[in-house]
Amino acid sequence: MIPANFEYHRAGSVDEALSLLDQPDVYAKVLSGGHSLIPALKLRLNQPGALVDIARIAELRYIRQDGNSIAIGSTSTHKDIANSALLAQHIAMLPEAAGLIGDPQVRNVGTIGGSIAHADPAADWPGVLLAADAEIVLRSKAGSRTLAAQDFFLGFYSTALQEGEIVTEIRVPIPAAGTKSTYQKFMQPASRFAIVGCAAVVQVSDGTCSMVRVAFNGVADACFRDVNVENALIGKAATAENIAAAAAQAAQGVSILSDHYAAEDYRKHLAVVYAKRALTVVAG
Amino acid sequence: MSVKISVSINGKKYTSEVEPRQLLVYHLREALALTGSHVGCDTSSCGACTVLVDGQAVKSCTTLAAQVDGCNVITVEGLAKNGNLHPIQEGFKEEHGLQCGFCTPGMIMAAADLLQNNPDPSETEIRHALEGNFCRCTGYHNIVRSIQWAANKLKETNAAVL
Ligand SMILES: Cc1cc2nc3c(=O)[nH]c(=O)nc-3n(C[C@H](O)[C@H](O)[C@H](O)COP(=O)(O)OP(=O)(O)OC[C@H]3O[C@@H](n4cnc5c(N)ncnc54)[C@H](O)[C@@H]3O)c2cc1C
Ligand code: FES
Ligand code: FES
Repeated sequence: MIPANFEYHRAGSVDEALSLLDQPDVYAKVLSGGHSLIPALKLRLNQPGALVDIARIAELRYIRQDGNSIAIGSTSTHKDIANSALLAQHIAMLPEAAGLIGDPQVRNVGTIGGSIAHADPAADWPGVLLAADAEIVLRSKAGSRTLAAQDFFLGFYSTALQEGEIVTEIRVPIPAAGTKSTYQKFMQPASRFAIVGCAAVVQVSDGTCSMVRVAFNGVADACFRDVNVENALIGKAATAENIAAAAAQAAQGVSILSDHYAAEDYRKHLAVVYAKRALTVVAG
Repeated sequence: MSVKISVSINGKKYTSEVEPRQLLVYHLREALALTGSHVGCDTSSCGACTVLVDGQAVKSCTTLAAQVDGCNVITVEGLAKNGNLHPIQEGFKEEHGLQCGFCTPGMIMAAADLLQNNPDPSETEIRHALEGNFCRCTGYHNIVRSIQWAANKLKETNAAVL
């Protein structure tokens, strides 16, 4: 399969990338790891006039502590995140989720910025970043803005990203000591995309779940925070019964995907099962 | 429009003009006649096209030739030295790691990435490292043994993977 032709530019800096994207009359797109975009170009689902390759912009590839957050540069690869000792120490579900993406070749080149800009409903980062209460930093020629993950993901392959804008950083707040996090997924056996992926972050204080954040991938047409599960567990003792009762609330009131991998009722069942597994890991 | 790229492939420098849409695997196979990297699925699933770019396994059917400008690429053709098979290739020969051989170049390059990072992998680690590579002949058990054979050989001879 051969993509339609396009111009190719490699940017050496964010400023250069923003200028290259800002071409009147040319539909220019960012190229990062290319592992969602190139397959789409090959299928001619997308036919940009120009690609602006940001993968080698050194100022976008880092994972470092910045105050009470961990800042992840947008071209950090899934492998960079899987191997990050800093993230493993503070919010283990990020390296855990990264290690479950695709396969080694995909993790070597696919990037977190590319994944969230693409916003595939079955991708792993969106729900993980919702549960992490992360912020997304965007830059355009007009300047920089920071959105809560909740305000960034808008729906099916849809985000708040505007034309000429680049995701530059993902900021993950460092949870209070004693908080645990995990990502559990039921994966499509060939691609390893999430059929159901559940991210959970829970703080247990004196045996009580004082903070609970739960989010799903793969279940609906976009990632979502599951407040019904959260509310059912907040303030309750971290017991197996309470976890099961909270998990039973999973995926209520959302429009559930149905396809040849998993019909609607089966997906909903899996959401309950994976919520229970995830909550058992962090609060059980 | 074409772009000029300069790539080190198996230690040799190649400078070429490529169309931006040219995929690395076709550049290797058709422009440079390096036909060791295979196209199995052409949809980034099977791993038959795996090559190393700056030491990391990458699916060359999902990589533009333009993206590897200035990089160091190693294909299966670059592994044997002075007419001697690379220990991973030897392992596939010794342990019958191939049947039709179509997946083999990709399996070998994925194994090279693994062994560089993990010289002493467990069987489970080897199987996980091959998640991006399919063998339609389903010879996975022997592929795993071949990689174990290579890991042992590299250890005994104290040799670097690359
Ligand atoms: C075989 C296979 C298996 C996979 N399995 C999984 C899986 O299990 N889980 C999972 O989550 N994903 C999976 N993926 C997807 C993979 O993680 C992609 O790498 C990722 O979704 C996209 O990241 P990228 O860097 O490759 O982005 P690209 O493909 O380069 O770009 C994707 C889109 O985002 C835009 N973009 C990229 N970077 C930016 C940026 N910084 N700012 C603004 N826009 C940007 C591009 O213009 C494009 O529209 C798989 C992919 C393959 C090929
Ligand atoms: S040909 Fe590249 S992954 Fe199958
Ligand atoms: S040996 Fe035939 S595909 Fe693997």
